[in-house]
Amino acid sequence: MFGKSMLSRKVTFAAAAAATGVLVLSACGGGGDDGGSATDAAAAGAATGPITYVQGKDNSNIVQPAIDKWNAAHPDEKVTLKEQTDQADQQHDDLVQNFQAKNADYDVVSVDNIWTSEFAAKGWLQPLTGDYALDTSTLLPATVTAETYNKTLFAGPTSSDGGLLYYRKDLVPTPPKSWDELMSMCDIATQNGIDCYAGQYAQYEGLTVNVAEAINTFGGSILSEDGKTATLDTPEAKKGLDALVKGFADGDIPKQATTYQEEQGRQSFEDGKLLFLRNWPYVYSLAKTDGSSTVKDTFGVAVLPGDGDGKPGASSLGGHAAGISVYSDHKKTALEFIKFLQSEEIQNDWLTQGSAAPVIASLYDDPALVEQFPYLPELKTSIENAVPRPVTPFYPAVTKAIQDNAFSALSGSKTTDAALTDMQAAVQNAISGGQ
Amino acid sequence: MSTTSGVVTGEFAQGKPPLDPGAKRKSLHDGSGRRAAVLIAPTIVLLAIVILYPVVTAVSQSFTKDAGLDPATGLFVEGGFAGVANYKLWLLQDCGSGAFSCPPGTLGSQFWTSTGVTFLFTVVAVSLETLLGLVFALVMNRNFKGRGILRASVLVPWAIPTAVTAKLWYFIFAYDGIANKVLGTNILWTGDGWPPKAAIIIADTWKTAPFMALLILAGLQVIDGGVYEASKMDGASAWQRFRFITLPLVRPALMVAVLFRTLDTLRMYDLPKILTGGAGDTSTLSMLVVDQVRSGFNAASALSTLTFLIVFAVAFIFIKFLGANVTEQRAPKTKKAG
Amino acid sequence: MATTTSTTKGGSRNRTVTSSGVQIVQRRDVRGGILTYAGVVLICLWGLLPFYWMIVTSFRDVGYTFDTTPWPTHTTLENYATAFSTSRGNHFGRALLNSVVIGAATTAVGLVVGVFTAYALARLEFRGKFYVLGLILGASMFPGVALVTPLFQLFTDLGWLNTYQALIIPNISFVLPLTVYTLTAFFTEMPWELEESARMDGCTPGQAFVKVILPLAAPGIFTTAILAFTAAWNEFLLASQLGGDKVQPVTVAIASFAGAQPHQEPYTAVMAAGTIVTVPLIIMVLVFQRRIVSGLTAGGVKS
Repeated sequence: MFGKSMLSRKVTFAAAAAATGVLVLSACGGGGDDGGSATDAAAAGAATGPITYVQGKDNSNIVQPAIDKWNAAHPDEKVTLKEQTDQADQQHDDLVQNFQAKNADYDVVSVDNIWTSEFAAKGWLQPLTGDYALDTSTLLPATVTAETYNKTLFAGPTSSDGGLLYYRKDLVPTPPKSWDELMSMCDIATQNGIDCYAGQYAQYEGLTVNVAEAINTFGGSILSEDGKTATLDTPEAKKGLDALVKGFADGDIPKQATTYQEEQGRQSFEDGKLLFLRNWPYVYSLAKTDGSSTVKDTFGVAVLPGDGDGKPGASSLGGHAAGISVYSDHKKTALEFIKFLQSEEIQNDWLTQGSAAPVIASLYDDPALVEQFPYLPELKTSIENAVPRPVTPFYPAVTKAIQDNAFSALSGSKTTDAALTDMQAAVQNAISGGQ
Repeated sequence: MSTTSGVVTGEFAQGKPPLDPGAKRKSLHDGSGRRAAVLIAPTIVLLAIVILYPVVTAVSQSFTKDAGLDPATGLFVEGGFAGVANYKLWLLQDCGSGAFSCPPGTLGSQFWTSTGVTFLFTVVAVSLETLLGLVFALVMNRNFKGRGILRASVLVPWAIPTAVTAKLWYFIFAYDGIANKVLGTNILWTGDGWPPKAAIIIADTWKTAPFMALLILAGLQVIDGGVYEASKMDGASAWQRFRFITLPLVRPALMVAVLFRTLDTLRMYDLPKILTGGAGDTSTLSMLVVDQVRSGFNAASALSTLTFLIVFAVAFIFIKFLGANVTEQRAPKTKKAG
Repeated sequence: MATTTSTTKGGSRNRTVTSSGVQIVQRRDVRGGILTYAGVVLICLWGLLPFYWMIVTSFRDVGYTFDTTPWPTHTTLENYATAFSTSRGNHFGRALLNSVVIGAATTAVGLVVGVFTAYALARLEFRGKFYVLGLILGASMFPGVALVTPLFQLFTDLGWLNTYQALIIPNISFVLPLTVYTLTAFFTEMPWELEESARMDGCTPGQAFVKVILPLAAPGIFTTAILAFTAAWNEFLLASQLGGDKVQPVTVAIASFAGAQPHQEPYTAVMAAGTIVTVPLIIMVLVFQRRIVSGLTAGGVKS
């Protein structure tokens, strides 16, 4: 029991030559988890039959109706929904535990796009190639990039998300196109006795989102294309982080924004205390309908400001994808189900019933939908220009390196240069596997 | 500091018989060793399954390297034997190129900061909790109208699940939240510097002072009212009665409470995780463990083991020097009985 | 906590088993009374103010979540409905029941096992007692967060995931150290001579224990019960990973609450659920509290 458990936990692609005395080496080699295992398992599990779809809390009750539709049409390949908690960290850990236990009951799993490469590198996700190839031509390209690790697609995007700039159209007739323009409008905020701009700068995942946006917008990047080198020691990266640091230093971004997650910024904006807010599309309907909202008819939506070259800002990409577990016994059904989730019908349902940003480009241009969700054109631009957060199996360590150092810079305990130097070293250390 | 406990600890170590010879004689005749084994076995079995097994697993894994990425395939490969590298990562902040090579923003660089802040939380929060708990218990122990309401209100914080407590305080401590409004301040409770630390300590103290109060109250119940009356007649002041009667008599209960709160606070996770997420250097050791589990279980095992050793050292000091020994017999009492 | 031997002696010399006649109600002077009530008010405020805010928030319309008016405004019962709304996937009613089952089982088994062990530690002489105590305490020293992964593996192998025992057995182990320590401390406090005289009257050690020591230790036992139940009631980490929807306790159910929109925090519903969860525990505490206070005076002095 002891030895077996220890081994099953290990992600063994090649038997380790050396191990502790406790490790049972023969079992290590016999685990069958060498390079070819994915293909073997694929062949073994290439059948149809009932499957389970695992995802986080079904907030707006849109997933079960979709599954009901599928089940009505596929009585022999019924899908069961397994809901996890509403907390991303716990969803991640739950998936890891079940993959490590080789749980065949987790057939299709919903993955936040920052987890895909980790799960792919651990050999837990079925590569979507060959028999499992997925047509991605109708999808927004950024959503596909986010699920592509090592030039291989590992999950099918099912929902997307991009940042938007909310602004007070009663005070700012035309929204700013560039960061400098935005900052120059902060006088308007001062004249009206409100704060100018805020995003999400508390020390959590949202900070990585916002810092990555700033760096990408100014032409920088966090990792090189191949994901093997940290690229934070560039003038572009410095410009990006500096924009935020200066904003805080000048008071254009209020100091309390270092405690803001999505909800605190929304509150401040709805209370009429903010001129500009960077947030996700969900704010739109709430700011329109919340009883406490003082800006119901006085706010507008724009794309994120760019660096001044005419291009809009580079949003970080949100959203989820569905991957097939290599331990699934019914991978054919799993693949068909993922295609079903990406179908225009379901994407349309999810948008209209749950305000989920679709992954299909064409839906954003549907006049009826635009009428219902006036922010769709801006959101489309945002996602078209979006950059996925670093696609690396070491994402947890990378995002920590960004968060810790960026927070120090924004709260003033480190200079931009020092923060970037440390960030560069820490990210490099992270993607070297901490070895 | 405490002569009593020193004697008692020694007593156990040397297997010295208790002072009541009668009790000892009977126990021996009853074959109490076997009986004790039977009575203790269920506890040991349960702890072995749930605690010992994972601990042994963790310790053995801590000497294995975490899986690393094979650049050719982009897949993780087994790490192999690590020696003490996982321990050097934490203790020496050695990320592979010598001591203190972990740059800021890596988990390895945070071990000592986390240890420090964990101790800060423990010392301050447990002290406050003890003080408040003692006061609560003394008041709860009094006989007056409306005692029920008092008991209920003292215990409310303890009854709310930690996950909810943390959310509640996160809500209260928001910049535009009720705390700043009531206090008329603009403090960034979940930002940088001292406020996040204060926020965690306040929330933790609020939540667990009732735990102390309950245990101490139960201890107070053992004290006979007659003792107070007698001492009053002897002319003892309220302070003297507290200092020389109440305190010594509730000491065993108090010590158990303080000991367990210390061990729990040293392993605190939910509250700081939800309240600050580690902002302003408030990552506790347990938060560090969780973060590291997501990056590599074996290095996390080493960290868990280190945390265990730290907590063990604290507990040892506690029992050795502060006399938190629950089986301590009151020498004078047994003398009287014998 | 410096306590000298002489102090203990001084205290204990007076601490004889008094006859039942000496039930003297403490007289208090006026100053003491005022102080007591001032303390009472302060303590009530301390415990209740944040709780009050929780209740106020729980009754607030979700569209006014962040309103900081200190008294109830925009009140609604909707959040309570949301908490129980199965159409929004909140199986809170079932979770409450699960928590009661898990808490009760943990407390019952934990207490029985703990009482045995504590009795042995407090009342029997055997070698290695110090090490047994150390081992039991040691169980409270390993970071709980690091236990999840190995236990998940173990319970997968046993086929225990999503079963009650997968949650109850770890919970018992978590409460055992505190249970054993508290009870041992209380049993040690009990006057030996009572048990001895019971045995001279022909009681077996077991009978003497049940008839004499247990009633005497009632405050300790009920306190321990409350602490054990609360610990099980509060447990979240393991339940979130080892349990499934069938056995999900309230803590996990609350963490699963979601806003109507992605990113929207369901504060008001969480506060409503938090309020509901707190009530049964308060009632239990109040019921048990009576036992704590009356326990010793009733049992101890008369025997």
